[in-house]
Amino acid sequence: MTTPLVEAVDVSRRFSRKLDYAEKIANLFGAGLEEKTVHAVDEVNLAVYPGEVVGLVGESGCGKSTLGRVMAGIMPASGGEVRWKGRPLTSLQGDDKRAMRLSAQMIFQDPMSTLNPRKRVLDLIGEAPKVHGIVKGREMRDHVAALVTRVGLDPSYLDRYPHQFSGGQRQRIGIARALAVKPKLLVCDESVAALDVSIQAQILNLFMDLRQEFGLTYLFISHDLGVVKHICDRVVVMYLGRVVESATPDELFDNPKHPYTQALIRELPSVTDRRRVFTPIKGEIPSPLHPPAGCHFHPRCPKAFDRCRVERPVLKENAAGHVSACHLNDLTAHQAATNATAEPAI
Amino acid sequence: MTPVLEVKNLSTHFMTRRGILKAVDDVSFTVGQREIVGLVGESGSGKSITGFSILGLVDPPGRVVSGQILFNGEDLLTKSPTAMRAIRGKRIAMIFQDPMMTLNPVLSVATQMIETVQAHDRVSRTEARARARDALGLVGIPSPEERLDSYPHQFSGGMRQRVAIAIALLHRPDLIIADEPTTALDVTIQSQILFEIKRLAAEFGMALIWISHDLGVVAALADRIMVMYAGRIVEAGQVDGVLTEPRHPYTSGLLSAVPAAVPRGEPLRPIPGFAPSPLSRPSGCAFRDRCARATDVCATEPMLEIAAGREFRCFHPHLWSAA
Repeated sequence: MTTPLVEAVDVSRRFSRKLDYAEKIANLFGAGLEEKTVHAVDEVNLAVYPGEVVGLVGESGCGKSTLGRVMAGIMPASGGEVRWKGRPLTSLQGDDKRAMRLSAQMIFQDPMSTLNPRKRVLDLIGEAPKVHGIVKGREMRDHVAALVTRVGLDPSYLDRYPHQFSGGQRQRIGIARALAVKPKLLVCDESVAALDVSIQAQILNLFMDLRQEFGLTYLFISHDLGVVKHICDRVVVMYLGRVVESATPDELFDNPKHPYTQALIRELPSVTDRRRVFTPIKGEIPSPLHPPAGCHFHPRCPKAFDRCRVERPVLKENAAGHVSACHLNDLTAHQAATNATAEPAI
Repeated sequence: MTPVLEVKNLSTHFMTRRGILKAVDDVSFTVGQREIVGLVGESGSGKSITGFSILGLVDPPGRVVSGQILFNGEDLLTKSPTAMRAIRGKRIAMIFQDPMMTLNPVLSVATQMIETVQAHDRVSRTEARARARDALGLVGIPSPEERLDSYPHQFSGGMRQRVAIAIALLHRPDLIIADEPTTALDVTIQSQILFEIKRLAAEFGMALIWISHDLGVVAALADRIMVMYAGRIVEAGQVDGVLTEPRHPYTSGLLSAVPAAVPRGEPLRPIPGFAPSPLSRPSGCAFRDRCARATDVCATEPMLEIAAGREFRCFHPHLWSAA
């Protein structure tokens, strides 16, 4: 089996706020205050193989963006390790480290906040390859012109500033900037979420063309299941910091195993499906400051039973390449039916 | 039955330094009683400005330059500012995309809701509070009595939007204009809000204008749909008809640009080109530069055609065998 291009092994990312002075003093008097810790990503395993397009979906606050940043190497993990071509990121030094940094590039949702408004397109795209010695200073203009042409912009725009472009054009500048350092992996964090449907289709087509042309690998983070279904080879569903299900898009949409995935797919508004009745799942995503015990989804889950409240479900393979983390996997169909109505028979 | 709202030849222009920006250009439509109308279009198509124009919320340099807005038969454009204040919030309410912008962050929800009640009805504070509590309960906020004294930041995004909807419902308006109210929400939360809105609109017999860029949401919610492009309504009709057999090439272009329209892995079919700048729209049909069906005749203004409950502005509409 080939080694993954990038792999997260038991990766956790916690954000905590230290106690301030007043709280420390209060603790001296026995207030018993503790640091507040958000478990944004909680022991996640995810491997992305060369040439693959992996979709990472989930609702806001589920930790998908944090995981993307940790895997792109721009944010350190607080537990576990990220491996680049089999080697832990923390062990990379010098040239290896620099090469890895260049090979993993990110494209963000809002290009206006990631493009320096006081720089021209030429410098925005050309600075990194020049600094890293990929192109010489006098070749920079040609290099950048070739890139912007490839992403569908007119090379005569090189001396313009970001505010002179529309949203879709700015996103193309962001893509050209990521491509300028010849990356292997693109981490796209909600890269098409802010675009109108027609522009979104243009950008998605561009992503797919670039994949063919440059042999790119994608980690595609999105809340839009429709987009992810269309372009990804594998879809990973996250809920409150954990991976709950992973499968190929066809398998996931035809045969979702986890009750959360089932709800997400059912609630997806669609033009073709004129479903007039909504059957929303109850409740909201709990605060990651105080995640529920056991399975994180159990307070909202229509099929939850006693075990879900105490024991964390592990990812198990249901079918080839289809894993889900749900205690229902351990039950037979008959048991599942009895569980829904009464106490387990055994 | 008289329609709740009848908009006739509405034009809202912005007098900018670089010229006249025709945000809304000769738009006419009606909203019947208890009807849910979806208004869709891409950003910059003028759908939000249409909503603002109805409520008289267009700020300079923008101005409603012509047309009539008949609300229960009365022209809102001839009303004095005082008269409009009495209508706004009482008989027509609006829900915005970002509830954090509608809610005052330094006032508790109770204060804001009581203020809304007392702005239009002479009732005691106790009674106003009771009405506020009932409204919160209606939109599905658990333990409304306790939540009344919370501040907006103590609510999640979905709950905040419910509070905004509750405020809109306080006076049981005849018409609610909702401007992208679920765009910022997650799929499961959006589904909950759509469910509540649909139930409440039916329960109180309210008419609803639902402004959105998401055809899927409108398909699930609305009775009728209006598609806007470059300041004009290019197609309108029953949701089923417009979405299954679109007549205008722009509508069909929008429908085939969504990922679900093509088999997985195949290239998507975006509409070529970009929407024209609202300052320099081409003469005639504004869509003709991007349209595969365009011919020389499209350089002149297409008139509104009305056929079998469907309205569209196009010289070369799609023909469907049933039509």
